[in-house]
Amino acid sequence: MALLEVEDLAVTFQRKGTAPVHAVDGVSFTVAEGQVVGLVGESGCGKSVTSLALMGLLAKRGVKVGGKALFDGNDLLTMPGSTLRDMRGSEMAMIFQDPLSSLNPVIPIGLQVTEVLKRHRGMKGEPAEKEAADLLDRVGIPDPRRRLKEYPHQLSGGMRQRALIAMAVACRPRLLIADEPTTALDVTIQAQILELLKELVAQQGTALIMITHDLGVVAGLCDEINVMYAGRVVEGAARRPLFASPTHPYSVGLLGSIPRLDAPRGEKLKPIPGSVRDNIAWADGCAFAPRCAHRTDECLDGPPALVQTYTGHAYRCVNPVTGDEVEAVTAAATLPAPSIVDATTDSDGEA
Amino acid sequence: MLRYIVRRLLQLVPTLFGLSILLFAWLHSLPGGPEAAMLDVRATDAKRAEVRAALGLDEPLIVQYGRFMKRLVRFDLGDSFTTGTPVMEEFGRRFPATVELTVVAMIIAICAGIPLGYLAARRHGRIFDGLTVTGSLLGICIPIFFLGFILKAIFAVKLGWFPSLGRQDVDVNATRVTEFYVLDGILTQEWDASLNALWHLILPAIALASIPFAIIVRMTRASVLEVLGEDYVRTAEAKGLRENTVRGRHVLRNAMLPVVTSIGLLTGGLLSGAVLTETVFVFGGIGSFLATAISNRDYPVLMGFIMIIAVIYVLINLAVDLSYSVLDPRVRVR
Ligand SMILES: Nc1ncnc2c1ncn2[C@@H]1O[C@H](COP(=O)(O)OP(=O)(O)OP(=O)(O)O)[C@@H](O)[C@H]1O
Ligand SMILES: [Mg+2]
Repeated sequence: MALLEVEDLAVTFQRKGTAPVHAVDGVSFTVAEGQVVGLVGESGCGKSVTSLALMGLLAKRGVKVGGKALFDGNDLLTMPGSTLRDMRGSEMAMIFQDPLSSLNPVIPIGLQVTEVLKRHRGMKGEPAEKEAADLLDRVGIPDPRRRLKEYPHQLSGGMRQRALIAMAVACRPRLLIADEPTTALDVTIQAQILELLKELVAQQGTALIMITHDLGVVAGLCDEINVMYAGRVVEGAARRPLFASPTHPYSVGLLGSIPRLDAPRGEKLKPIPGSVRDNIAWADGCAFAPRCAHRTDECLDGPPALVQTYTGHAYRCVNPVTGDEVEAVTAAATLPAPSIVDATTDSDGEA
Repeated sequence: MLRYIVRRLLQLVPTLFGLSILLFAWLHSLPGGPEAAMLDVRATDAKRAEVRAALGLDEPLIVQYGRFMKRLVRFDLGDSFTTGTPVMEEFGRRFPATVELTVVAMIIAICAGIPLGYLAARRHGRIFDGLTVTGSLLGICIPIFFLGFILKAIFAVKLGWFPSLGRQDVDVNATRVTEFYVLDGILTQEWDASLNALWHLILPAIALASIPFAIIVRMTRASVLEVLGEDYVRTAEAKGLRENTVRGRHVLRNAMLPVVTSIGLLTGGLLSGAVLTETVFVFGGIGSFLATAISNRDYPVLMGFIMIIAVIYVLINLAVDLSYSVLDPRVRVR
């Protein structure tokens, strides 16, 4: 049995007087023990909401959560709040996008690490301090004893994210969710942090859900990849098949829009035309259809079903792209003038 | 840190100098003079001039001001026109009453205001929140004077639950140690004297607390609402910390930062609010003495008291700034 089985997860934000927002709309994927699973998609497709729903961190009011999320067979979405609170930080942990705002500014790093140790492992005093220093050391923070006494504003960006990682892995969780952990950092630091995460999960046997809009990150890290679009997983596959033969036109578009070193000089990137604002509701057909170079009238006959191939590839498309077509589709995708910058370089500005 | 304190105290000198000039000019431009309060309305002009001369008010203003400053550098504020006692002594005798009143009022405002503001924020958008916001608006609008009279009329006069005036019943035998009546009772272990003094403090303190209470409620509420949406609170929740830890260590601690600053400013403001409250409850503090001094044009008392209050105000805010730098490590005083 998989460690985490997410089935038809749906999150709807409902404010009085406004139309409900279906931020996540039937997301299913599984994570096996120790596996690294990527959740990829452009900004606003529901990646963060999915992870917050799994952690039980969404607001209680004005939010409706449906579906199932079985962790070790127990449904995270229906379990009592106190049980979930016991699991958070010990069985499952999370790291966030912006390390500065994610750390409490008026409390020393040390206490922010030891409070987890105390809560879940009952450690106090000097042993807790020592363990905290060891943790900082493990995540590559030099001179950990001194750093424990410092405040978040005294650390560099990369160091802060390392500290947050230390807090997250302090109790050796079985599942770690990383929500765009590197987007707020500069490129060299990004690579170091990814390397650190990769090492840690391998050492501890922790399963990792890596949330990103950067396929480059996924390529170097993930065993399984789920591509999300407008609140649904539109394609799921192991890394190799996904990169070698993407099936959903959106995945094909995403791949076509990342810069490649081996591309001929001067070749243009191929952004996906249009923007999420062009989406139609899933109930009316494929949400991606208006931006899709591959669409036919069939695409507008209700939501496309999830198709499972015998190789473990799953996609939600009535007109999947076949191997030799990949090139053609990425070429076709460049035809209309893009109104919006492409998905992969799109707004991190919200940080 | 020490250098910071010294610098702030040195800044006090020009501030006080400016204040003294403004005050002096303002007081002497007020119509009427101390002789009007001392003499009968039918007194002759010659008699008036005689009294003015005796008080040294016939000399040019610049000379009078020079004399004031000369005394001031020796920490002498002159004698009261009405009582003839040195202003310092008058202040020393009355200030403890006002401090007691201000402290109790501030304790009431803080102890009621912070929890209420916090609860309102947690119940954001519900009835309790709405009631708190409206109620606190009322607290700001009602004049202290009026609230004092209402409280006195209902709880002292009609219901008789509280005394209506004074600091302590005369028949309580109390030994004086510090002029802080509540503290004296504790020091001498005369518990009933202490309680009696506290009892006299309740109504005036509530009247005085109304404005700071309302402001603290609103500031706490706004601040907690903001902090609840912060990423680090989500991180704390993601760590699975107990609700009380999240609330205390991560939410309240951060939410208190702006509230602490406002508490400093409000405490200074209370000293002026005390003028009204003390008058209503015939409370022998500096407030009621100042009120009489104004109508008597008792220049030395007015100059002296206001200057001392200014110094205290600055000291309170210095203390707040220092405590702020302890509470928020990002702010380091230099
Ligand atoms: N509290 C909320 N109330 C209403 N709508 C919300 C709320 N939180 C998120 N949404 C909506 O849910 C959708 C998904 O948001 P989410 O934050 O999961 O996107 P994301 O995939 O993480 O994007 P990004 O890459 O920018 O982080 C967005 O359209 C957003 O507007
Ligand atoms: Mg996000």
